[in-house]
Amino acid sequence: MQVATRNEMGPASRAATVRRMKPLVSATLDAESREWIASLKATGAPRDEAIARLHALLLRAARFEVARRRPTLPHLRGGDLDDIANEAADDATMSVLRRLDDFRGASRFTTWAYKFALLEAAVKLRRRAWQGRELPLEPESWTLFASSGLEPDAEAEQSVLLRAVEQGIEDALTPHQRRVLVALALNGVPIDVLAERLGTNRNALYKTLHDARQKLRRHLDERGFSLDSWLEET
Amino acid sequence: MEHPELEQALGRLLGPAEPEVGCDACFEQLDRYVELEVAGADADAALPGLRAHFDGCPACREEHDSLLALVSGEHS
Repeated sequence: MQVATRNEMGPASRAATVRRMKPLVSATLDAESREWIASLKATGAPRDEAIARLHALLLRAARFEVARRRPTLPHLRGGDLDDIANEAADDATMSVLRRLDDFRGASRFTTWAYKFALLEAAVKLRRRAWQGRELPLEPESWTLFASSGLEPDAEAEQSVLLRAVEQGIEDALTPHQRRVLVALALNGVPIDVLAERLGTNRNALYKTLHDARQKLRRHLDERGFSLDSWLEET
Repeated sequence: MEHPELEQALGRLLGPAEPEVGCDACFEQLDRYVELEVAGADADAALPGLRAHFDGCPACREEHDSLLALVSGEHS
């Protein structure tokens, strides 16, 4: 996993990477992005006006995300959804202002800013959809993953693999890895929802999921299951 | 292969086989990746590890799809 590799780098290498990754913003920025940055770093009325424009831009992005997800949220009314879009735009505006110095001009400023609004809206909508619901942290019946109507040979092959997967989850993983893998990969709990309930964040939880997947993959490899040939055909 | 339900479950359980970035690195590079895609450039070659991460992380994939749709709409 690239994140782990980066963490293993020594201080000198890390410093060199930081120098490489921080080009002069003014050397690469398009005119519109340059105007955004200058206005948001100004003082007084020009800055206030720029923040209002930024909020309007991010509200548009948040409403775009809400509209995309609306079919999956039939229990939420239009007013609730617009409240969520406004909260997402508020939080995204704060995030963008807080991280303005991180913008390096790798994209247009508006594209960079949009992602904060889309993230805030998506996280809020996922959490709202699971509000008050108990999180399924144990495997559902393994028969859910079994195809029916197979020839006897194929059914036997399926049973052996299912048993090996079940055993790998039980034996090869820590209890925390097992809960995370089952909740996220089997039971469809959104990662932000689980992160909130466990008091962690998306990145840390995904690292746990990644480690669990690697262990399970090794467990099955060692028992002679040719996983990539199975998965390539999906 | 004759086991579609099992194969899908296996795909979710095992995740991508290729090297991938984590969620934070994905978020850092997402805007650049999407602009490369919109420009018709090879985003996967420029920013390796993101595509595999989208395969393994539904939340980051959804946010990628949204940003791509939003930015593509502005260019059309």
